[in-house]
Amino acid sequence: MTLPLTPSQTVGPLFAIGLSTTIGSHVVDEGAPGALRISGQVLDGAGEPVPDALIETWQAEGAGRCATDDQGHFAIVTIKPVGNAGAGEAPHLDVSVFARGVLTRLVTRVYFPDEADANGADRVLRTLTPDERSTLIATPDHGGIRFDIHLQGERETVFFDR
Amino acid sequence: MPAGSPVHPPNDFPEYGSTALRAPKQPLRVLPGRLAVLTAPLLAGETIGALDHDLTRQHDGEPLGERISISGRVLDEEGNPLAGALLEVWQANAAGRYAHVSDQHPAPLDPNFSGTGRCLTDADGRYRFVTIKPGAYPWRNHPNAWRPQHVHFSVFSPAFTQRLITQMYFPGDPLFAQDPIFNSVPDPAARQRLVARWSLELTEPEWSLGYEWDIVVGGTDATPLHDDGPE
Repeated sequence: MTLPLTPSQTVGPLFAIGLSTTIGSHVVDEGAPGALRISGQVLDGAGEPVPDALIETWQAEGAGRCATDDQGHFAIVTIKPVGNAGAGEAPHLDVSVFARGVLTRLVTRVYFPDEADANGADRVLRTLTPDERSTLIATPDHGGIRFDIHLQGERETVFFDR
Repeated sequence: MPAGSPVHPPNDFPEYGSTALRAPKQPLRVLPGRLAVLTAPLLAGETIGALDHDLTRQHDGEPLGERISISGRVLDEEGNPLAGALLEVWQANAAGRYAHVSDQHPAPLDPNFSGTGRCLTDADGRYRFVTIKPGAYPWRNHPNAWRPQHVHFSVFSPAFTQRLITQMYFPGDPLFAQDPIFNSVPDPAARQRLVARWSLELTEPEWSLGYEWDIVVGGTDATPLHDDGPE
């Protein structure tokens, strides 16, 4: 039996009232061993901040989520997951992007800047051009990492089919 | 629509103006092979309040509006129930206004209605919310644009591939024809799956109207991490 799916709809501009604290911006506490702050800005095709986006990170250790502020900024505290070198998989976080004006969630990945060898062998990154790859590899930022999300434009982030 | 038509709306959908600067222009990349089902123990230890599913009992008084219940099951494509999935809902009040600072629609706020609820699905994937029917409200997408009455639903299960945020609508809404968000779903049959069914069975005599709405999420074809190269 295969049931037909329920279609996606936009999260809309006012989702913040509906997000309970069940899942928040801290997958681990700031002081936990290996805690890493991932921050960034969501930008539209005109380079303007997206102040009503919802960013979610997923990994075996837990999920995090954060609504962007009025300047499009988000921050999630988590730990770096382990990769699977045998399967050609560098450490990464799966990311969902929801926003007003986004009808179906966008899926992308955060890779880590201190994993050059693993990133070079990653079977997803290897299918991309250097410019495309650079949209998925975070940059070091004050002890954490920075990952900006460009929905459109010259530096458009690579998004994946779910 | 031909078989195999996409269920989900395209992000490039000009009738919905907000997509113009937010829809990626590059095609979505297909991940090479199925890598992993990503599961996170996201609800470990979390407690949901006994009344979190009842939006009519969050304040001292009762909210104004037409009292309704919305219930159904959350299933995967194979028909398996999703047990322990977190459902979160948010909606406008009966006058069509959200309890959100950014909502400028000059309709009254209701001090007895916050418009948010949550619950976990039970072992059979069942959920139930008690609320009031949300009002329609205007927005600025096109001249004299109005959103049909709807409730926002978020489904959070432990599998990344099953993540879904959507909206539930009410049967017979005259505003469907002019709503680009509803009509962004390309397949008319799929669109109708966003519309709840009024149920006499779920309607409580002299108390509340009952609506039934099942949610089906994808992602069950994903297999655990494996190396699909030659052994």
